Amino acid sequence: MEKVLEVKDLRISFQTFFGEVEAVRGITFDVGKKETVAIVGESGCGKSVTASGIMQLLPMPPAFFKGGEIFFNGENLLNKTEKQMQGIRGNKISMVFQDPMTSLNPTMKIGKQIVEGLVKHRNMSRGEAAAKAIEMLDLVAVPQPERRINQYPHEFSGGMRQRVMIALAMVCNPQLLIADEPTTALDVTVQAQILELMNKLQDQLGMSIILITHDLGIVADVSDRVVVMYAGQILEVGLTEEIYASPKHPYTRKLLASVPRLDMSREEPLYSIDGTPPDLYVPPKGCSFYDRCTEAMKICKDQMPELYGHSITHQSRCWLNHPMAQRINSANRSEGR
Amino acid sequence: MRKYLLKRFLLSLLTIWIIITTTFILMHSVPGNPFRTESKMPKVVYQNLLRKYGLDKPLGEQYIIYLGKIVRGDFGDSMKSRVETVNDMIKRGFPVSAFIGLQALIIAITFGPALGAIAALNQNKWPDYFSMVIAILGISVPSFIMGTAFIQFLAKNISWLPIGGWGTYSHSILPSVALAFMPLAQLARFMRSSMLEVLGQDYIKTATSKGITRAAVVLKHAVRNAILPVVSMLGTIATNLLVGSFVIEKIFGIPGLGMFFILSIGNRDYPLIMGTTIFYSIVLISMLLFVDIAYMLIDPRIKLVKEGR
Amino acid sequence: MKTELDYSPELFQIASREDRNAEKIRRPSIKYWPDVWRRLKMNKLAMTGLTLICIFAVMAFAGVHISGFKYFEQDYSMINLHPDSVHWFGTDELGRDLFTRVWFGVRYSLFIGVMAAFIDFSIGVLYGGIAGITSRRIDAVMMRIAEVVYSIPYMLVVILISVVFTQAGQGSSMFVLIFSLSLTDWVPMAILVRGQVLQLKESEYALASESLGADKSWILRKHIIPNSLGPILVNITLTIPRAIFAEATLGFLGLGLQAPKSSLGTLANDGLRGLPVGLTYQIFIPALFISLIMFAFNVLGDGFRDALDPRLRK
Repeated sequence: MEKVLEVKDLRISFQTFFGEVEAVRGITFDVGKKETVAIVGESGCGKSVTASGIMQLLPMPPAFFKGGEIFFNGENLLNKTEKQMQGIRGNKISMVFQDPMTSLNPTMKIGKQIVEGLVKHRNMSRGEAAAKAIEMLDLVAVPQPERRINQYPHEFSGGMRQRVMIALAMVCNPQLLIADEPTTALDVTVQAQILELMNKLQDQLGMSIILITHDLGIVADVSDRVVVMYAGQILEVGLTEEIYASPKHPYTRKLLASVPRLDMSREEPLYSIDGTPPDLYVPPKGCSFYDRCTEAMKICKDQMPELYGHSITHQSRCWLNHPMAQRINSANRSEGR
Repeated sequence: MRKYLLKRFLLSLLTIWIIITTTFILMHSVPGNPFRTESKMPKVVYQNLLRKYGLDKPLGEQYIIYLGKIVRGDFGDSMKSRVETVNDMIKRGFPVSAFIGLQALIIAITFGPALGAIAALNQNKWPDYFSMVIAILGISVPSFIMGTAFIQFLAKNISWLPIGGWGTYSHSILPSVALAFMPLAQLARFMRSSMLEVLGQDYIKTATSKGITRAAVVLKHAVRNAILPVVSMLGTIATNLLVGSFVIEKIFGIPGLGMFFILSIGNRDYPLIMGTTIFYSIVLISMLLFVDIAYMLIDPRIKLVKEGR
Repeated sequence: MKTELDYSPELFQIASREDRNAEKIRRPSIKYWPDVWRRLKMNKLAMTGLTLICIFAVMAFAGVHISGFKYFEQDYSMINLHPDSVHWFGTDELGRDLFTRVWFGVRYSLFIGVMAAFIDFSIGVLYGGIAGITSRRIDAVMMRIAEVVYSIPYMLVVILISVVFTQAGQGSSMFVLIFSLSLTDWVPMAILVRGQVLQLKESEYALASESLGADKSWILRKHIIPNSLGPILVNITLTIPRAIFAEATLGFLGLGLQAPKSSLGTLANDGLRGLPVGLTYQIFIPALFISLIMFAFNVLGDGFRDALDPRLRK
């Protein structure tokens, strides 16, 4: 499959008063054409930083790229000038943000906000741009678009605003859409509508999507592949079916277990993972999940596990995959421990 | 929106009325009356003078008469000047003060927010420090010191800038600049903090993600939103400008209303004191009302809330 | 990739529970006020202001006595002297030592500033607190009144009151000045306090406290007040220079303290006369002091505001 985006060993840190925070500690993944890749993880695991990093939207002090490469259509984005990046943003790569209530300029008309990028990238006239704005609002199923383009954000509901955000992001027909928690701030019913919309647009316009979320519930329906992030690293990556059917990493397993299900009995306590993610000022030497992992071994504390491949598409970063671990475990099991 | 406007207008009228009444009470609570200070005069003359200025009537009646006159725009006769009425003096002095004041306002509005925006965009780098130093100086050094400093140091070296008096346009330059300093500084500081707050908002990130130029992000998104709270400050700025004008007119010897006001205090010319005070208040409160309305017009969020959807 | 033989089987034993530390907190927790103080200390400008204020405060008491001259002592043989080793700031047109007079003025200005701020604070807290706690209707009325009071141009009121009392032959006594300054200036404080009270009244942790059984006065003491202290402190620190500025302006316009008492403003006014004859120090020195005091308080107030702003945490 043709690769739209290839991220190789990306490292992003923040320079703060207390020291350096390693937010992204060497992640590698890719996104193919017309593919939806979900990046899943807890708050603070680095997924949003990754998303903003791809678009180079991070405030450059204090953030800085510590290492790695980001290839978009074969070109390394990290080598691009700001001007070149401006040509790419909104045009070839677009982003949809989390909170629709604060992501739109309150003093600018919706129509204008939608076509702002279009006017810049395609050099359109005002009349053409207005027509396009109406077209986009129609595409995202906002009723009465002709009237709506002259209204302001506060005249729209949350769900409507998110649709506007999507329209805004899609207006130049980008190859890659990065959706950073697009449904987190919305009601459940509205969530479903938005996801459906994104799916439909993907089919229609043939773009790739990176879906960033902490909610495993929405990932299953929408994504082709899943990347599990924790403490700035990728712990597991694979096809959606692989991840859900046979998760290999203890963290992934726990994540899946903590999604509440309709068929749970009333008495079953809600499962949650003990503890909190590690402090990234002093990143752990070994596996970052060590402190919270119930299957941890002594080696996990001091040595970083490598990626083990379970299939061409499925990998996980865990010492449990090491042949030694498997031998000892089966030995333990046969001894009845 | 109309209901709100009406309410604001009525409140403004109320405030003006309070000022008129307070001024009246204050002026008439001074023991004795202005004519006692004059050298001994025959009783008849004294009585006539009292009658002329209506001072022989009971206080309440004087008040009603005065109120009536004000409503008709008549501030009465000056007690010291035989030739001019208070209205005449206001007519003479106000245009001068207004000219300097407006010029100062324009200077402050043009450069203040710009300075503040530049500071915010370069936070913690030298343009920020430089602008903020100017701003701190502007609010710490009272205008009379600034004005005097100008006269001392600047005007001596720049011979074409007159340092006092009135007559040509260039006479207004130094006073306006000296007067503009403090409002400029206040506007700069306020704009800076407003900008910083706006720059941290999500929609700035959205705007950048569309790939428009940094300049477009700053001007169309950041400044547009940051300037709103600054507009609401204009009322206070106007007030400070007014007070500053007294001092500036004194230093530079400008024959404006402020100078009349100060002189009238020295002379105990009560009608003039009252007249100028009330006139100033009306001007000020009108400006406050005007700024309020302007703000309501610019902020799209407010219009519709007031109309009640 | 390392071969199997590079790892000892020991390493692959399950790690014990004690060895793992799920809830480990690696950074020391930071207390509120000490953190505010720490952040303030980092702000060099604010610290400069604080230092200046301390110096002025000390000198306000001591300065008047150091020189050995009294502020009203006139000596016609020593008029209009430039600063020298005896008269460190020179003398004025009546032969009075300016060093003493300036520090007297500083004392006066500081006193006025602090008193005015204190009165603003008292009235403001009372008014705002009541407005915040009472019913919506009473609150609305109180706020209308405050609005009207605030839109009265305070300088005009101050000047007028000064005129009245000057006329009565007393000169603008300190109390008249402070009184007239505070007359309209309490409104911002009241609005601030009211805002805090309202906010905290409805806020979640007041709710939580109440659900745990705490009564209203406890909530007030333990939650509302500590949280409001910050903005109130900033407001007070910035009210002081406003008052000092107003007083200086009055003095400069001839409405302040009467001679021989001197405020920095009246000193500057007197100094004006010395300008044409080259006695620049007579106006420059009081002017410098006024500016320094205002600078110090403004910068300190700014520093407080920045130190208290949670968004500016570094």
